[in-house]
Order: sequence, then structure tokens, then C-alpha cells
Amino acid sequence: MHISEGVLSPAVLAAGVILSAAGVAMGLKKMSADRMPEVAVLSSAFFIVSLIHIPVGPASVHLIMNGLVGVLLGWMAFPSILVALTLQALVFQYGGFTVLGVNTFTVAAPAVTAYYLFSCAIKRNDNSSLTALAAFCAGALGVGLAALLLVLALVTTGEVFINVAKLIAIAHLPVFIIEGAITAFCVLFLKKVKPELLN
Amino acid sequence: MHLEEFAGGNSFFHRLDPRVKFITFVPYVTAIAVMQGIKAPFVGLIISAVMILAAGIDIKKVLNRLIVINLPILILWIFLPFSYPGEGFFSIGPFTATSEGVLHALSITLKANSIVMATIAILGTSEIFSLAHALVHLRAPVKLVYLFFFFYRYISVIHNEYTCLKKTLTARSFRPATNMHTYRTYANLIGMLIVRSYERSQRIYKAMLCRGFKGTFPVMSHFSLKKSDIAFSATMALITVIIVII
Repeated sequence: MHISEGVLSPAVLAAGVILSAAGVAMGLKKMSADRMPEVAVLSSAFFIVSLIHIPVGPASVHLIMNGLVGVLLGWMAFPSILVALTLQALVFQYGGFTVLGVNTFTVAAPAVTAYYLFSCAIKRNDNSSLTALAAFCAGALGVGLAALLLVLALVTTGEVFINVAKLIAIAHLPVFIIEGAITAFCVLFLKKVKPELLN
Repeated sequence: MHLEEFAGGNSFFHRLDPRVKFITFVPYVTAIAVMQGIKAPFVGLIISAVMILAAGIDIKKVLNRLIVINLPILILWIFLPFSYPGEGFFSIGPFTATSEGVLHALSITLKANSIVMATIAILGTSEIFSLAHALVHLRAPVKLVYLFFFFYRYISVIHNEYTCLKKTLTARSFRPATNMHTYRTYANLIGMLIVRSYERSQRIYKAMLCRGFKGTFPVMSHFSLKKSDIAFSATMALITVIIVII
């Protein structure tokens, strides 16, 4: 989920930087010294997870899991996703430095939204089907909202991108369901194996 | 996991002060990204290509990177030329490509390639840890730099964990396919990875406390500017101004 360099207009790029900076500042404020190692190593884990390819028919998709990042880290999802995208820009040149602001916001804002909407339902109930449903929604919303923000960034750059934006939205439909399913299974697993992670 | 593919070497770029790298890189790529038309990105492309050559890195690897970067841009080439209103440039069947559309697609391609090449030549030729160190000296929020430092430090460790978990799956003859069993298995694998990362992070924090961690790292070594660093900064400043003016 990232947009290449050179596509977006200066106004959209600047908006991305400002919004992300605010989110990251908020996340850093919440990150006390004793939680920094946890946020860091979980970020490493999600970086590795994003390299896993899941088969879908003849093709495969790679996971983003920003919904789960949000549920686990709350506002700290912003700095977590920023460092991951920075490394990606540095070593693979995917995304890139000038779009770092937009890309961070595109991935992290849905994470924080998932945190506010679903973390309560995931953490504070013992009914496993309700937990699974909330987790599915968190995972699906994470990718769905990220795709929507990406489309928004493209369309506000210029109406000429409308066809590309439509293609992006359609391409994300299978990812939407898979992310939801995997997030649901993953949360059920965590509840069984390490419930204190979700407290 | 070997991530620093271009950091080994002894060229002018490998020896540059990492602080200078950030100070020159950010305005340069920002200028390229925000300029309209194709003149500025074209100048950027030439300058970045020269930098790649001067950095003495494996050109084949750079070209491979560029191919990957240009794949999504190819999709833009399919849509953009035909989405612009304006004078017809050429037409395929019922679709007419306009010269404005072609120029816009070309501008994006030039921008993306010149920024990617600049990233490889300037930042890619330093080790990640020395770049993080430079960010501390440049007054970036230290919490964020520490986070990046630990995040990068533990990627290869977590990658080893992941390889182990995958081996256990293979040993149980797991074959990924499009079905719920596959998704559930991957979800459990990810869950296990998260559990192990969490437990490791708790041990790391305790180990840090044992060694007297109080929330900051003392910075032992300091960078020193050389004449070549100043010369490079001046040149890059001049180039950036030229890109903005034309």
C-alpha cells in the first residue's frame, strides 16, 4: 500500500507530511521509555509479516495488517508505521521519501481508527465469535480505509487519475477479505496464547 | 537478511558525512517532486544518474531496482495519456492519447527514477546505523530515532524466527493454497511471531534496565566535516536552485 514518487501534487504531499507529523507526535507522546522496545520489536515483526505472500487463486497478495497494528499499539501505530516505511524507502526504494508523509498517514490513520472502533470489543469480551467479528472488521477496515485514502490522494491530485484510482480500489477487494480473515484468526490465537497482549 | 545492498564500498559518496547527506538530499528530492513539467525532472535524472556512476556501485543491481520501481508507473502509462482532454497525439482504436497526457506520464516517470537513483546514490551508500546516528545530531526526535534503531536491529532476529516457524510448517507438509486452512495457518504463524516478538522485547527492556538505561543513549562518536563535504553541499545547493529556477 504505497504510492510512488513523483505522482502526487505538492499540496497533497504537504498535507500528508503535516497530518503524519501530528500523528507521530501524538504516538511518541504516548510511547513511554518502557514500551519503546515493545513497539520497536513489534514493528520489526510487522515488517517481516508484510513480506509474506498469501496465495489468492493464481496470484498472491502481501499483507499489511495495519488493523492489528492499530489494535495492539493505538496511537503508537503512527511512529511504528513511519519507521517501517522509512526503512522500506531506504533499502527497497518502494514508496519513497517525498511520499513518506502521505504513505504513513494512509496506513496509520486507518490503524488508529480501527483501534478506537474495535479494540474495546476485541479486548473486553469473552464471546469468541464476537471477538472474531470485531477483529475481522478491524482488519478489513484497516485495508479498506487505507485504499480509500490512497484513492482520495490521487483524485485530489488531479481528476485524470480517476481511472487509476478505480483500478486500485478494485484490486484491493480480495485483500480486504483476506486481511479481515487473517486478523480474526490471529486475534483468536493471541487471546488463547498471550491474552495479556490484548489488555 | 541483507538489506544494505549498496553500503559497501569506498567511493566519494561512501565517505560523505551522513549529516551532509540528509541536508543535501531532502531539498534536492523535494525540488524534483514538486516541480511541474519535464525540464526539472529531466535535469534531476541526469544529475542522479551521474551520482550513481560516481558512487561506484553495481549498476546491474541499480537497474534491477529501477525495473521494480517502474512497474507501477507502467500502469499510469496505460491510463494517463488517454485521460487528458486536449489535442490528439496518437490514437489506438476509439481511444485518443493527448500530448498533455503523455507529457504528464513522462514527467512522473522522470521524477520517480531520478528520486530513486538519488536515494540509492546518497543515502544507500551509508550504513543504516550511521544514518540513524546522523539523525540524532540533526536534532530529530530522539525517541523516534531510538525506535528506528531497535526496529532495524531486530528485523534480522525476527526474520530468523519467521524462517524457523516456516520450517516447522514445511516439516508438517503444509502447502499454501486458496482456502481457509491456509489463512488460519498463516494467521497462527503471524500470531506466534507477535508473541515471540513481544516476549523478546520484554527481555530486551529488562536487559537494558540492568545496564542502567534511563531513556537516552549517550552519543560517543561525533562526525567531523571535511572539505569534500562542504564542496558537495555547495554543489547540491546550486543544483537544487537550478532545478527550482528552470
